[in-house]
Amino acid sequence: MSGTSTPPSGVTAAPSVRKEGAPPRGGGAGGRRRREFTTRRGLVIAAFMAPAAVFVALFTYYPMIAGSQMAFRNWNLTDLTDTSWVGIKNFREVFTDPAWGTVLGNTALWVVGSIVPQLVIGFALALWLRRRFRLRGLYQALIFFPWAISGFLIGILFRWMFNSEFGVVNDLLQKAGLIDEPVAWLADPDTAMVAVLVANVWYGVTFFAIMILAALQSIPDELYEAAALDGAGKARTLFRVTIPYIRVTLVLTVLLRVIWIFNFPDLIFGMTGGGPNNETHIVTTWMIKITQQGDYGKASALGLLVVAVLLVFAVFFLTATRERGGGRRGAGRTGKREVRA
Amino acid sequence: MIGKETTAGRATKFTFLGLWLVFSLFPLYWITVTSLKDPGDIFSFPIAYWPERFSLENYQGLFGKADFGTYLVNSLVVSTVAGAVATGISTLSAYVLARFEFRSKSALLMAFLVTQMIPSFIALGPLYLLMTDLRLVDNRLGLMLVYIAVCIPFCTVMLRGFFENVPDALEEAAMIDGLSRLGALLRVLLPVMRPGIVAAFIFNFVNCWNELFLSVTLMNSDENKTVPTALNGFISSFNIDWGSMSAAAVLTILPTMVLFAFASRHIVQGLTAGAVKG
Repeated sequence: MSGTSTPPSGVTAAPSVRKEGAPPRGGGAGGRRRREFTTRRGLVIAAFMAPAAVFVALFTYYPMIAGSQMAFRNWNLTDLTDTSWVGIKNFREVFTDPAWGTVLGNTALWVVGSIVPQLVIGFALALWLRRRFRLRGLYQALIFFPWAISGFLIGILFRWMFNSEFGVVNDLLQKAGLIDEPVAWLADPDTAMVAVLVANVWYGVTFFAIMILAALQSIPDELYEAAALDGAGKARTLFRVTIPYIRVTLVLTVLLRVIWIFNFPDLIFGMTGGGPNNETHIVTTWMIKITQQGDYGKASALGLLVVAVLLVFAVFFLTATRERGGGRRGAGRTGKREVRA
Repeated sequence: MIGKETTAGRATKFTFLGLWLVFSLFPLYWITVTSLKDPGDIFSFPIAYWPERFSLENYQGLFGKADFGTYLVNSLVVSTVAGAVATGISTLSAYVLARFEFRSKSALLMAFLVTQMIPSFIALGPLYLLMTDLRLVDNRLGLMLVYIAVCIPFCTVMLRGFFENVPDALEEAAMIDGLSRLGALLRVLLPVMRPGIVAAFIFNFVNCWNELFLSVTLMNSDENKTVPTALNGFISSFNIDWGSMSAAAVLTILPTMVLFAFASRHIVQGLTAGAVKG
């Protein structure tokens, strides 16, 4: 809801490490030195945090919590005379809705079908952009442009390009001899899903490219020199040096993108509106549709289900990747770099 | 540095980079070309990849038929004020989170993070009811307040990363010279961090400028609509007028692209600051 370019806050919230060569900051030590003025220090913290806390509590948390309890009540804008508690009735309605199966399948396809190409192409771009070349800065700025556009508007741009009669996609494909007849892309659920995925890949690759490129640039040259001395080939270097080194970034980026794409109805909303025949809805577009129909109870139930799924996913994903030593190795390396810096 | 490149390798690399660039820019090219065609030519065969006759009729229609100027002004006002206030508030919270250790710190950070993960649509209904109680439905001030809250969590996290790159000896020296903490922050730290703060503001601005669902939910009268809400109205009608639509899309995209071009380096820095730790 915070616009389409809502960034993956978790990535940046990971304990950040100052750049190599940056002057020591000693924040912790400074804090300890100031401990003697505890009350004063507490007041400063409270005063500086208060505005942010108040805004987020009032306009984000309050509605969110209020929304959660609606999931267990009969809360429909069309009839507010009876907003009694109904237990799990709203959840049962979600599960028994004929659209539910389609919505689930589409959501899975939407997440996986977006993430995989975004990651692969983004990784490739990052590898190719690692070595300096003339106009590289300009290139990066240009491929960054899709990021300035809202998902909703991207949906509209691609809706026009995939137009069955006057769309440029059909025209180009016909010119290339790949299709004989114009395809009614957005009128058929299968091709419509392909079209929204193309649009989302177009939009999301840059983000992966940027994150991975930044990680690649933190790999010390000595590692590559050592790999070259050992006679490691390109593929071997990629899988034995590059990927292990940037593991933490890869894992966090994928995690946040999955959550984010899951929660990203804007593009589909603008491109197909969930149509044709409600066959391209994902969970969040469906939730918006139900909200617009006024059934806040059912929409909230759906929202809680999404939260539950994402929580399970986040815990599962983080544990699974940590077991193999990703987290600890990252931390160890960080420590080493701090010493060197 | 990363091994030698063969000529074939270079050729492959630049072919793919070139293809991706074309793919990246084509949709923007296409919407612009469409908007500059004569309305009649948009729906004619064969499809023209360059306007046969340039026309500003689509743009003129936008300000004549539809009240697009009003929507632009609304979006500009709401995004500027909300973006600026959110940046100001986030500067304070980011400073505290970067410089102090305190007990509820990780809880606060987690609370900010969670807002980014939960589908905020769960809050749309209750938010509408809350704003009704506050008499702030269909009110630009109301939308600003909500946008400020939406921007704060990520903006705080982003600015915190920037603060951590500034040595705290700087403000300690200023405080020894007799400045208060707030004074040191405003007069010593902020000037040093200006690029980061500008990037944070631009990021907020663009997010507010692009926001759709809250605006659709909270603003219903025509005079208060923001641009995305108006665009949503365009596609809700049965037949989309692609002439006006493309012109409106170009006018919506243009300001954000200019801002991003201006600040992309710092935004990238903010995004990747904490993520990359080897």
